[in-house]
Parts: sequence; structure tokens; C-alpha cells
Amino acid sequence: MDKAKTKKQYNSNTILLFITIALFIVLYAGGCVAYGSKGFTHFQTFLNILITNAGLICVTCGMTCVMLTGGIDISVGALIAMDCMLLAVGMKNGMGAVPMIIIILLIGAVFGIFQGFLVGYLEIQPFIVSMAGMFFCRGMTAVICTDQVSITQEISPTFYAWANAKIVLPFGGYTNNKGKYMAPYVRPAVIVALLVLVVIFILLRYTKFGRSLYAVGGSEQSAAMMGLNVKMIKMKAYMLSSFLCSIGGICYCLNTMAGSVSQATGLEMDAISSAVIGGTLLTGGVGNVIGSFFGVLINGTISSIVKTNGKLASSWPNILTAMLLFIFIVIQSIFAAIRERKKA
Amino acid sequence: MENNVVLRARGISMTFPGVKALDNVQLTLRKGEIHALMGENGAGKSTLIKCLTGINDFEAGEIHIDGINGTIKNHSTRDAQNVGISTVYQEVNLCPNLSVAENLFIGREPLTKLHTIDRKSYNSRSQKIMDELGISVDVTQNLENYSLAIQQMVAIARAVDMECKVLILDEPTSSLDDEEVEKLFKLMRKLKEKGVGILFVTHFLEQVYAVCDRITVLRNGTFVGEYPISELPRVKLVAAMMGKYLNDLESIHKENKDFTNAPMEISAKGLSHTGTVKPFDLDIHKGEVVGVAGLLGSGRSELARAIYGADKANTGTLEVDGKPVKINQPIDAMNKGMGMLPDDRKAEGIIADLSVRENIILALQAKRGMFKLLSRAKQEEIADRYIDLVQIKTASRETLIKQLSGGNQQKVILARWLATDPDFLILDEPTRGIDIGTKSEIQKLIIKLAGEGKSVLFISSEIEEMLRTSNRMIIMRDGEKVGELDRELSQEGVMHAIAGGEG
Repeated sequence: MDKAKTKKQYNSNTILLFITIALFIVLYAGGCVAYGSKGFTHFQTFLNILITNAGLICVTCGMTCVMLTGGIDISVGALIAMDCMLLAVGMKNGMGAVPMIIIILLIGAVFGIFQGFLVGYLEIQPFIVSMAGMFFCRGMTAVICTDQVSITQEISPTFYAWANAKIVLPFGGYTNNKGKYMAPYVRPAVIVALLVLVVIFILLRYTKFGRSLYAVGGSEQSAAMMGLNVKMIKMKAYMLSSFLCSIGGICYCLNTMAGSVSQATGLEMDAISSAVIGGTLLTGGVGNVIGSFFGVLINGTISSIVKTNGKLASSWPNILTAMLLFIFIVIQSIFAAIRERKKA
Repeated sequence: MENNVVLRARGISMTFPGVKALDNVQLTLRKGEIHALMGENGAGKSTLIKCLTGINDFEAGEIHIDGINGTIKNHSTRDAQNVGISTVYQEVNLCPNLSVAENLFIGREPLTKLHTIDRKSYNSRSQKIMDELGISVDVTQNLENYSLAIQQMVAIARAVDMECKVLILDEPTSSLDDEEVEKLFKLMRKLKEKGVGILFVTHFLEQVYAVCDRITVLRNGTFVGEYPISELPRVKLVAAMMGKYLNDLESIHKENKDFTNAPMEISAKGLSHTGTVKPFDLDIHKGEVVGVAGLLGSGRSELARAIYGADKANTGTLEVDGKPVKINQPIDAMNKGMGMLPDDRKAEGIIADLSVRENIILALQAKRGMFKLLSRAKQEEIADRYIDLVQIKTASRETLIKQLSGGNQQKVILARWLATDPDFLILDEPTRGIDIGTKSEIQKLIIKLAGEGKSVLFISSEIEEMLRTSNRMIIMRDGEKVGELDRELSQEGVMHAIAGGEG
């Protein structure tokens, strides 16, 4: 009789997810205690984290899918810059917001198929492929326009309206010191990001494609032996990543309302670190988007705390994120070691 | 086809560059039988299996499968599965990060109306499959939580559930312990009752006699015969597998020479390495083969490592060729004319992605130093000479060493040390895990080297082969040299010495 049968045991990955969620709660609660007087306890603070990071949530969902196969996609930050620049310049030249969005989503998908083809079918290292993709996108952004292009109300009233639309929530408001009721709100980008999250969650858990991502990441050779089309699966993963990145790019642009060459630099690293903090293994096969979502929230909370404090240098979020990453990697390897020992 | 035959292969031939891997081989597998495929390393077992499963493209011959008219030719594992041939390999080809049920159903999951996968349905179906096969697992748990034996059985369950008629088990037991093997056998017998034809490849003779009904023997890529198990006792099976080699082995005899007056090659006094081997004295004459006997962990290898400088000796002195020497690390030993074949050749020996030539010249190059490169022509000359001398079976000297069989890899490493032209050679388990034919060749080579005046320190777990080749044997026990036997070397005498005399 195997030990596993006698006692229902929690998967170590589930425990990792709990740790991530617990950490978020602790961090957030810590923020509330320390900066309650500065308004950290308001529900809107939490919603602001979502608003600021709507784009990152989409990107991290895509990154998680790619990382599940054991790959990586570092082109996402540059792709977002290119998306924003295209949006800004396109609309400035009289294109409508809706056609531009369709074009950008198409570009994302095609770009992803190309990267995925190189990784899946030509079996080139994903790091190299997406690094080339990163240089390409960043370069193209500058080719389109080297100046910062702002999206104003005159350029595109529609896009402007989306960016400034408030979706008011019926709960969680507060009355400010002037006695005025402040209703909590989110932006449309948040709704998009949460939709993406739900869709990818279902995709990963309940569809053939989703499960095959895990299989490929678990053991590529085995997946092939079991009759899965590994090359196609990998290609689709990169397509999904770039496509979700383009959705994220639109959300990002709704926040910044501008296109500029240096936009979203290092965003790919934010996405990777969020996924890792959320329990996704770089080696593939382990992880899920709920964890990644909380990874984004943890990073967002850190920034928010530092911002609320007001006195700390803006480089502090980086240092805190580094420490968190470190802690998580150590925890993960401890779990892996425990698992090995159990087997032996 | 006879009505109880599920698979028949006839006249299968296949050539790898330079090597005829299979020559007119046949195989007949019947319904509900467990059929052993036997042969030494390089006999063509794996090649034949790969032909059946579509990994190799055979040149001539035909394969028939029950229920399909005409011959079949598979081009991928998937093709093979579609005609009902499933294979379970030595390494488990499943995903450890997925649940047992997912591993059974991935790629063919039942779907709900919404086109999402139906977890409930496949979990319950998986549990039923596993219960039927008598494997007690919780199918919702990840595969990595289970032992290798269970994983192996899940792989078999997957194969069986895909309605296979032919199940090929390629050395499935090599990493299992006795209890796990027994579980696997139970499962195999159950499948046999269900009418599956099982082709079982293994190196363990006892296992063949424990479960199989019939044996097909291959030798050197040719078909030797097919026998019911009752008509082929062990001795005959071994003879069928080895052919001429058996007589070969008998014919190895060393001369009984008296070395007491021969010049000394190695003379160690009180050498030791803290924690591994206690101080020992050891004299080895020129042209002498000295065997080191002892149980695993008795300090056999450690004694050799202390001489060679792989573990730096803490005490004692060492004389080579009558002159005192100081050896701090292996390169010092190499410069004094020593060579050592380590026992863990995967970790310390071969460099898989280099060619046979590069692997052979490695030690010689190291001895000469990085900046005195051997010319390509010189390298090729050396490689060819030693490929010929130790009879390495390789397509060419530029073949990657990982493509060679285990026995031939071992010969390459031996060649590497011979190329440095050592006066004193340490061989640590040079024949482990290789077939008897190659073993006898290596033993002959040791005797030949000694005849040329080289000294050999020979470590082996097989007392018999040391008896055949050594002039003298030293006995190790618990890190201590406890005795020396010359004259009247006998298996019994050595065993007694190893065990500790009193008994």
C-alpha cells in the first residue's frame, strides 16, 4: 500500500499557492496597519493596484502559459511599447480606436506565431528567439516614431472615453473628511484583465490544450511519446503569450495614454517575477494563473506601500521584490527536496 | 496467419552506417503469451523493437499484425499504437507533474458538451482501470508521488487501455527491487490472461524463467532460434546467447610465473587516506597482474585512488620504478606512467558528445599539456591503432561515443589509458555491465598487457575473472588490507579471506 493512499495529502504546489496568497494578505494587512492614516485601508487602494497593473495581469497570464511549457518570452515589454506607439500614431493619423485595436491584436497573434514557429518547429532556444523579438519590437517602436506621442481627447475621443470611464462598484465606498461619499471604481481595463484571467484559468484547467501545456513542461519526450503534437503546442503557447501581451498593451496604453520608445522597459521581468512568486517553475510543468495573479498583486502592493510612504526612494520596490523572489525560490527548492526525500 | 498469432515479423534486416544491425531476423508472438527476447548487448534486441514500433526504418522484411490484412510499416510511435503495438520503456515515459488519471488519458480525454475535459469521468474511469489491474493508487494524485514501480505500471495501464494487442516491455525491471518486480509480474500475468501478447526484454535470466512461456534468442543481429521455455534450460540459453564466447572464456589462462625476482614497478609503504583506507603496504612487480578483492565499500577503489593521487595520501611513501615519488594529484601519477580506469564511467569516464577519436586521445593530450596539441593526423593514427587493438566496434573513429554500446564505450576508455602508454594501469571494475563476449576480450587484453611487461592493478566484484587473470590477489576488508594470496588462488580461498577467515 502506498502512503499517499492512506492520507489525503495536499499537493506541494497547492501549498505554494497558499503561501503566495497568505503573503499577499500579510503584506496588505501590514500596509493597512502602517499607513491606515494615509488611506491605505480604503478599498480604492486595492482597486488602484488592479488599475495600475491591468496590463501586467494580461501579460503575466501569457507568460505563465509559456513558462508552463518550460519556455520564456522576454519580448513582451518591447511588444507593449510597440503596441502603444502604434495605437498613438495610428489614431493620431485618423484611424479609429476599434480598427487600431483589431490591427494590434492581429499583429500580436502573427508575431507570436512567428516566435512560436522558431521555438517549436526549429527548436531554437526560447530565450534567444524572444530576445531577438524584443530587439525587433523595441527597434520598430523607434522606427514608427522617436518622440513621445500622447493620445488626447482630440486624437481619439473614443479611446479617451474608455480610459477615463469609471465603473462604479456598489459597495466598499467611504466618506472623506469633507463629508463627501467616495464611491469605489475600476477602469474598463481592469474588467478586461480579469476576463483574461478567468478565461486562461479555465483554459489551463479544463481544456485539452491547457493540460497539454503542463504535459510538455513536465516531460517533452514523454508528451511526444504519448502522442501529443509538442511542436504545435509550443507554437500555440507563444502565440497565446504575444496575443495576451497585445491585449495587455491596450490596457497599458489606457493607463499611460501615450506611445514612447522607452515605455514598459523591464515589464517582461515584472511578469516573470510575478509568475515565479505565484509558484510557476521556470523548468516548466508547474504553476497556474491564480498564483501569477497574486504575484502581480504582491508586486503592486509593494509599490503601493512605497508610494504611500512617500519618503522611501523609488528603488525600494525593486529591492523588496528581489528579496521576495529569493525567498520563493528557496521555498520552492525546499519543497522539491522534501518531495525527493519522500520518494527515496 | 495461424489464428492465435498476433504479430509475425519475417526477414527483418536493417543496416546502420557501417554495421549490419539486423540480418533476416524473425519473431512470432502469440495471443496470451509472455515471450522473452534475449541476446547480449549489441545482439539487436533494441533495434528489432524499434523496427516494430516505427522508430527505426527497416530495409527488408515484413510485419503482420492480427486483424490487419497485408503487411504493416510503422513510421512513428503513434502509427504503432494505432495498429495495437504499445511499448513501455526502461525509463518511464510519463509526465510526473500530472495526475495518474491525466497520464492515462492525456491526448484522448473525454470531453463535456462545452468541449472542456471531463475530469470526473476520466478520474472514475482511471480508478476503475487501476482497480481492475490490481494497482492500488489514488488516481487524482500526481504521478511523482508514486514509486518507480507504480509509475511503470501506470505506463503499462495506459498502453493496455489503448487496446493494444502487442505489449513490448523493454527492460522494465532494471530499476525495480524484488518486491516491485513481483508486482509487475502479477500484472503481466493478468494481461496474459486477457490475451495480450507480451514481448519482454530483460537482462535477468531468473526473470525470464519466472514469467515467460517462450524465448527468442538473437545473436550479433541474427536469429538464433525460438524455444518453449521448458526446452531451454539456463545453460543452453546462455550458450545460445553467447555462441562461441563460452569456449573463449574457458581458454583464458595466465602463465604461472614467479615474480619474486622481477624488478619492482610500484612499492607503497604505509600509504593511507584518512577515512577511506588504512595504511597499507603494496608491491607490484613489472609484468604482474594484481587483483584486489573485497566487498563493495571495503576500500578496493579507495586503495587505488590513494596510489593514483585521486585521493591524496595522508601518510606513507610511494616508490615508482625504485625511485621515491610524491603524488599530489592524478596528473602527477600520469606523468609517472600510471593510468586509471575509474569505476563510475558515466560520471568520470566518457564524454558523451565527443567522438571516439577525441575520447581516446583525451588522457594523452592532458599528459602532454594544453599547449602541445597533437596534430590531427597523429590523433587519427593513435585512434585507429587503438580501435584496432582493443577491437572497438564503431562505424568510424568520428562516431560520437554515446552512439556506442556500453561495452564498446568501456573499451574506448581503456584505449584512452593505453594510448598514454602507461607502465602501471589501474582498472576499477572494467567489465561491469558489459556482456560476456566483451568481458573475455578485456580479460585477454589484460593478460596480453602483462605479457608486454606492464603492471596491472585489477579491481573487480567477480572473483572468477580475477582468478583467471591475476598472479596475486590482495584482500580488502573495512578499509584495511587484510591479506595477500598468491599461489593456489581459488574462489573458495578468496571468499574465505574476504569474509574474515574465522568462519
